[in-house]
Amino acid sequence: MSDVTVAAELKTEPKLVTNQLPAAEIMGESPLHHADLESVAKHGPQEGGVHFHERKLMGLLTLRCMPSAEQQEVIKSLLGVALPMQPLTSVTADDSPIGKVSVRWVSPDEWLIIMVGEKAFELETSFFEKLMGHYSLVNISGGTTIFNVSGRHVVDMLKKSTPVDLHASEFPVGKVVSTVFAKSGAMICRVAEDQFELVVRRSFADYLWLWIQDASREYGLVVHH
Amino acid sequence: MFHIYCPHCCEYREEEEFHVAGQAHIARPLDPDACTDKEWGEFMYFRANPRGIHHELWVHGAGCRKYFNVTRDTQTYEIKEVYKVGEKPSVVADDVK
Ligand SMILES: [Zn+2]
Repeated sequence: MSDVTVAAELKTEPKLVTNQLPAAEIMGESPLHHADLESVAKHGPQEGGVHFHERKLMGLLTLRCMPSAEQQEVIKSLLGVALPMQPLTSVTADDSPIGKVSVRWVSPDEWLIIMVGEKAFELETSFFEKLMGHYSLVNISGGTTIFNVSGRHVVDMLKKSTPVDLHASEFPVGKVVSTVFAKSGAMICRVAEDQFELVVRRSFADYLWLWIQDASREYGLVVHH
Repeated sequence: MFHIYCPHCCEYREEEEFHVAGQAHIARPLDPDACTDKEWGEFMYFRANPRGIHHELWVHGAGCRKYFNVTRDTQTYEIKEVYKVGEKPSVVADDVK
């Protein structure tokens, strides 16, 4: 099937969006639910060189398209910020229509949009209402989680886990890369001088949590809830 | 270890982020039904194995997951150039110049 046929079909048929969040009485559980990070945060070390916090149950949408100028305008109005077109860059908007949103470049035709979990369905719905043409938007919230790691030894810990050059001259704040991480994969974004966010697969979350504990042992690991 | 430049991410990354995906510039027959068994067999299974300059398809599997072409010397392993799919190599073997 050619792209032309797909575009023609999209014009007439509205896309069906399903809210992936369960009913309010069902408790959402992050992939690290079993690790009971709340207790670890309370009873574990309060000082150390690496700090760990799971940004659990966030909303993550994968946008794929080769956006036309017109589409870029619509996307900008939906996100409150323009798509980062430069490779390996990211942008953040605090006051977008769906609250705080972070948009990260993944590949020349792919972006990751991160917001609070409750807002993902709303953003999906408005995308399919307002953005016309050929594109794909998929809710991947359930398949991923986000680790926030920080502290004065965070780069030392990450260096054991990924071959990417994390020196500030090569990896400034705002840069984002998809790469290998501890024989698994992660999307690494530097959100502050000594603070990174790792977007990891749900099925690898426990393994990577164990890995990070091990890699942080010599610096001391502080868990936050 | 290779240090490979990804033309989509626009920076060098370690080899472990990449996979080689075979010989580059293999055109799929436009009308497979019109191919003889020999022609289809050549397209499917037969690949060049040159000593020296070779054009290969690589994929940035752990990164942007995009394919691109690499011209590599199979004797020295030296990567001569990297170029996007659809572009022509500027470095070619002497016998095909
Ligand atoms: Zn790449």
